[in-house]
Amino acid sequence: MFKLVKQLTSLVAMFAVLFAFSTETMAAKKSKTLENTKKRGFVRCGVSQGLPGFSNADESGNWTGIDVDVCRAVAAATLGDATKVKFTPLSAKERFTALTSGEIDILSRNTTWTLSRDADIGLTFVGVNFYDGQGFMVRKGSGIKSTSEFKNGTSVCTNLGTTTELNMRDFFDSRGISYEPVVFEKADEVVAAYDAGRCDTYTTDKSGLAAQRTKLSAPDDHVVLPETISKEPLGPVVRQGDSVWEDIVRWSLNTMIEAEEYGVNSSNADMMKTSNNPAIKRLVGAEGELGAAFGLDNDWNLRIIKQVGNYGESYKRNIADTGILPDRGPNELWTKGGILYVPPAR
Amino acid sequence: MNNIIKKFLPQILAVLFVVLIFGFLTINAQTNMDNRGIDFGFGFLSQESSFDVQFSLIEYSGSDSYARAFLVGLLNTLLVSFISIIFCTILGVIIGVARLSSNYLIKNSAAWYVEFFRNIPLLLQIFFWYYAALRALPLPEKANAWFGVTYMTVKGYYIPAMVWENLNVFLYCGLAAIISIIVLRNYANNLRDTQGKQIPVLLYSIALLIILPLLSFLFGGVSLEFELPQLKKLSKISYIYEGGISLPPELIALVLALSLYTSTFVAECVRAGIEGVSKGQKEAAASVGLTPNQVLKLVIMPQALRIIIPPTTNQYLNLTKNSSLAAAIAYPDLVLVFAGTALMQTGKAIEIVSITMLTYLTISLTIAAIMNWYNKKIEIKEK
Repeated sequence: MFKLVKQLTSLVAMFAVLFAFSTETMAAKKSKTLENTKKRGFVRCGVSQGLPGFSNADESGNWTGIDVDVCRAVAAATLGDATKVKFTPLSAKERFTALTSGEIDILSRNTTWTLSRDADIGLTFVGVNFYDGQGFMVRKGSGIKSTSEFKNGTSVCTNLGTTTELNMRDFFDSRGISYEPVVFEKADEVVAAYDAGRCDTYTTDKSGLAAQRTKLSAPDDHVVLPETISKEPLGPVVRQGDSVWEDIVRWSLNTMIEAEEYGVNSSNADMMKTSNNPAIKRLVGAEGELGAAFGLDNDWNLRIIKQVGNYGESYKRNIADTGILPDRGPNELWTKGGILYVPPAR
Repeated sequence: MNNIIKKFLPQILAVLFVVLIFGFLTINAQTNMDNRGIDFGFGFLSQESSFDVQFSLIEYSGSDSYARAFLVGLLNTLLVSFISIIFCTILGVIIGVARLSSNYLIKNSAAWYVEFFRNIPLLLQIFFWYYAALRALPLPEKANAWFGVTYMTVKGYYIPAMVWENLNVFLYCGLAAIISIIVLRNYANNLRDTQGKQIPVLLYSIALLIILPLLSFLFGGVSLEFELPQLKKLSKISYIYEGGISLPPELIALVLALSLYTSTFVAECVRAGIEGVSKGQKEAAASVGLTPNQVLKLVIMPQALRIIIPPTTNQYLNLTKNSSLAAAIAYPDLVLVFAGTALMQTGKAIEIVSITMLTYLTISLTIAAIMNWYNKKIEIKEK
């Protein structure tokens, strides 16, 4: 009798150990952020305080822009509905703290991918959704045609807490030009001060210059100089430590870009299920079990393409058609002379 | 024994409670930071900052360290606070006295001033002065000269710079003047107490303050030249002034907003102080034959100051803390430079915010200590 009890106990213990082990391996596949997002019913996304084309809210509070579309894609993939996103407008200064403290789960706010940000402060960049570079805007009447015409004493308006501040210093220092940096916390304040004549030039990412130019009192009196003084790969960021969530965001973005590459868009996505090309079939969830890798169903990528569209549609809707940057430049697909190139979804 | 327990137990428990809460918060922050791969440390302070600052009292460039950037921000905060405190005190005293004037117009204008400026949020006032000024001020090439040699423009207020030769001799003479004034005052007080004689100390003091430094010009080899701001062309349509000193519009707007706002509170303190001295004091002083000036100087003010100083200290502290709103209009103060740019570039949020908080605490405690010392000095001394 006693022996039996002993045997039983050891059996139970063995099962317990096995069971514990198996839940452990299950847990490794699970994403805490994904679980919480599903429980909450919406994706928490940090965006800018208003940058037309990237993340901008209209009068009724609807957010649009290519940065916004990344969050919408994640919502479509994880929750099945691209509208289930709560947007938090953040200043450049607040953005990383908001992400690391867990106030938001994705930071999609025209943020430059740099080594120190990626490695140092608890963040992980998942990809690039816009290749940008820093430029200068000046008044047309100044006759300045190139950055080489800047003279000692030039006053420069820009934003606080950005790579812009560092690039600007590198630029002027290496040319031995003394300058006066006037640094504001909000983009709107920079625009107002530059507009009032406080500064001779306004510097930020070129896409930002093109977008902010539309807010000036006389946009046509201003011109963006041709030179690009830095590399600014902008992309979405997630917290370090949840690799599954990181993958979800990365592949949601990649899906949009790859969909454009294979000509899949929001209107033809359903028909593409019967395509002859296995790559396209994988892209619309008709072949393979790609979603299972992140604990999602198999239609996750189809929903992104149907509800948000491919990268080309997003770019056209937000940036080209609004007249901000009609020319895609480096943000064209690698097959069409640009540098947009994403790993294959397979 | 029982009494001792009764006396100390609650206090020990309270201390324990506070320690536990702080311990918990620290450990919690530590684990969360570990989880997210953020490390804690102040090593970044010696790293190269690699950003520039618009306006600095000390030599600074991007190749200096974060510690020096901190110092730049701190000095800018102290500068704007110091100037604003002086202006708000002068303005506050004038307005406060004006509120007690028997002239209807003066009394009511002062009352309107106080009600207007203290009831509009400070941040709005800062924005108003900054953007209103920016919109209203002329571009450098169109500016008219004020006093012949200074220019108020959208890019700043340009004033001549002083170029000194043998500045130290001049400063020593100034110091000598101040020391001799102190000696003179003590002598005059002594004379008054022992022999009842009065000498015009103020007149002598002013004379000393002017004559001694003047002598340094004549005999000490001191010379002063002014470097005037010169208009310089940057491009077809943009100009700046070169040479001279440029006060950025951000500093001017901030000083204006801070001193106008705080002066209303100082004015109320002054009014309360003067009204707090009972009428009988004034009447008694007048009846022993003191002139109205002497009544104010010898009887009313010494008593009023006791009431004025403590609440005015609070206003100075508020002003200093409010100067952190500078970040809104790009004035490079401690918050903008250190808790702004430096925080962003290093990502050391906890370290930088704690340093900034400690710094403001230190500034405030220092101001409070100085004012307390002054208050001690003038309070009623029972004999």
